[in-house]
Amino acid sequence: MGVLLRFLVKKKITYSFLILVFFVFCFLVFNKALIKDKIYSPEFKNEKTTYLTDFSLPELYSSNYIKLSEIIENKDFSIINIWASWCVPCREENDLLKSLSSLSSLQIIGINYKDRKKNSIKFLNDYGNPFKYNLVDKDGTESINLGAYGVPETFLVNKNRKILIKIIGPINDNVVKQIEEIVNG
Amino acid sequence: MILSNAGFLSLSLGLISSFAVFLCTVLNIKKNLLNLEKKIYKFLTLQFFFVVIGFFILLYTFIISDFSNETVYNNSHSTKPLFYKVTGLWGNHEGSLLLWLLVLTSFILFFFFSSKDEPKNFRLYTVIFHQIIVIGFFIFVLKTSNPFDIIFPVPPEGLGLNPILQDPALAIHPPILYVGYVGTSIIFASALSAMVTGYVNNLWAKNLKKWVLISWTFLTGGILLGSIWAYYELGWGGFWFWDPVENISLIPWLSLTALLHCISTLEKRDLFKNWSIILSIVTFMFSVTGTFLVRSGILNSVHTFANDPSRGIYILIFLFVLIFISFVIFLVFENKNLENKKEIFFLSKETSVLINNWFMIYFLSVVLIGTVYPIFLDVITSEKISVGPPFYNKLLIPFLVPFFLFMSVGPSMSWIKTNLKFKANYIYYFLLTSFATIITIYFLTQKDFLLIILIFSLVFLSIKTLTNFFKNNTNHAQNLSHLGFAMLMLSILFNSVSSTEIIKNIKVGESFISKNEKITFEEIKTNEKKNYSSIIGTFEVKNKNNKIIKLYPEIRVYNQPVIATSEAAIKTTLFKDRFITINLIKDEQLFNVRYQNKPFMIWIWISTLIIIFGGTFAIFSKKKNYL
Repeated sequence: MGVLLRFLVKKKITYSFLILVFFVFCFLVFNKALIKDKIYSPEFKNEKTTYLTDFSLPELYSSNYIKLSEIIENKDFSIINIWASWCVPCREENDLLKSLSSLSSLQIIGINYKDRKKNSIKFLNDYGNPFKYNLVDKDGTESINLGAYGVPETFLVNKNRKILIKIIGPINDNVVKQIEEIVNG
Repeated sequence: MILSNAGFLSLSLGLISSFAVFLCTVLNIKKNLLNLEKKIYKFLTLQFFFVVIGFFILLYTFIISDFSNETVYNNSHSTKPLFYKVTGLWGNHEGSLLLWLLVLTSFILFFFFSSKDEPKNFRLYTVIFHQIIVIGFFIFVLKTSNPFDIIFPVPPEGLGLNPILQDPALAIHPPILYVGYVGTSIIFASALSAMVTGYVNNLWAKNLKKWVLISWTFLTGGILLGSIWAYYELGWGGFWFWDPVENISLIPWLSLTALLHCISTLEKRDLFKNWSIILSIVTFMFSVTGTFLVRSGILNSVHTFANDPSRGIYILIFLFVLIFISFVIFLVFENKNLENKKEIFFLSKETSVLINNWFMIYFLSVVLIGTVYPIFLDVITSEKISVGPPFYNKLLIPFLVPFFLFMSVGPSMSWIKTNLKFKANYIYYFLLTSFATIITIYFLTQKDFLLIILIFSLVFLSIKTLTNFFKNNTNHAQNLSHLGFAMLMLSILFNSVSSTEIIKNIKVGESFISKNEKITFEEIKTNEKKNYSSIIGTFEVKNKNNKIIKLYPEIRVYNQPVIATSEAAIKTTLFKDRFITINLIKDEQLFNVRYQNKPFMIWIWISTLIIIFGGTFAIFSKKKNYL
């Protein structure tokens, strides 16, 4: 303790204080990032981020190019789920997606992110296929254009591609409830 | 069930021994009792022993598929091959932490055993600081990630290991990487202890260098295995993606590389004391930060096992406690190890080490900022961005040119002062390099200024490093690693510049031209298997010299349910990988053929192995001046 006190009297105190403040700041940021709610509602955002960008990608089984906006128009609500067979949380969320796929006014569109075709098909065989369409984003560029942060990531959009909810990371029961509330009015 | 309880008990006893070690060491420092040292030995061995028992119990439950254990249930399946039952142990959060603990406790035991010649207080303080880490991880395992949780009623079958993790390269990737990561914990504890006891001198540096080399070599190996897995298994067609998880293994690697160079200066010249200490501390901090980022679920990736915020908060607090301790110790004891006021001549090895460190710190900052900036931005402004390869390429590649040039002359500098005699040799080197560069550029299709100077500096580095092998009194370990690095950079460069891809729709019997090769779709065969029928295409790749390579890509049509999958055919040769896939196009005779040429793919692995070989050579070398 004596050493510490002697040290505190010295001039070093200002710069060491600043460094400490920086560490505390880092700690707070990481802590906030950890406990931060990962549900993102873009109501307060500008126009640009509230609508999903449009693109065409090949379908997983048929390899035919499909335009995103055309399939979204078919249903009142769509879930866009970015997934990959190598992503373990995706495996866990698959059951929840399957439970959502029973809703009549909702369709689930998968975006298969940076994946091998063989593996993604095996994944769907093993864990079940909740997706009506599966678009293959081989190099991940379109997912980045969507503003995706990683896998898994889920968007709930309406007919006009307006983003109603965006979830980073796997969805959970609360999110499922929230989605059901919106879809059922 | 009894097994799991025994495992938990064993780990708890391990924690108790950890506290015992801690107490004994503190008592020993205070009272200076001789017989206590033997007790420390005993407790350190005991602590290691209990972790080993715990580890083997978990291993055994994996082998016999005891699904009453939650970890086994979640990550194993009774029909899995034995090899993947064993590696499944560390293919999950709980098991991998147990492995981490195993390496951690074995290292401190090994340190205490092998450091008998060093000052007693230094050894004791190192054990104290290291025990703080061990206890921290013990509590982490037991409180938040117990690998011995029990499920009742016992499920009949396990959930199975993610098929993507069932790969030989990935199976040994975690243990190798962990040895690298955990080795930095010894460096960290030893640095703090040397600070406290005023032992930051060339003797300390000499002993620490061994640990730095071990960590560095294993970390390099771990990163290599991860890349190999990404290339063959993930099939993204590449080996490095600037994914956050890859980055956080690169960050400690960069600071460790800086430390490796810096520590030899401390050893030979008694310089850069504080800087060596800072690097030692920072390296371990980055290792723990990496663990935090990966395991907390802040970043979602292949390595995210499960999102549990309580784990994240625990590591976060632990990390900042460690930072705080080291910060205070650094400030308080900074004056105890006064820097020698030696003059550094401009042309000397000291300067080149300094320059190396500047570059390493620059590269490290770029990677670090690219990795954590999105997190900061998200918290502060709620804006989400992805930092991708363009960011890293733009900020890193231009700086590689001066880095390569300095790296080529650095090793030829001598300590204290280099007498600059302008030798005729340099003109030859220059001419040879220019000649080789011109030839290389001639064969490349893409030509821009940055590429040309990159190739020039790399070729120069390779030639200079090669000539170093023939000098007297040279450091072969260093030469090997530097040569491997030059080759790695060259292979990556050629690979990224001249990879080609052609996608065509053709019928059987047709052919197409890719660069100098003619690819002919010769025939199609069908093959019936139990659960699928397959269509196997035979492709003939014929180059200018009429050399023929056959490739057999496959389409499998599974019968239950009916789906088609495509199996790629990869042919690896010394100069390039050929990669071909076929796909059916609906209602037509046409096939969609994707043909890729990836030059020098295998050289990326080989050159990294050379780097690792250099490190291994240095570890086992008896000659003293080997770094």
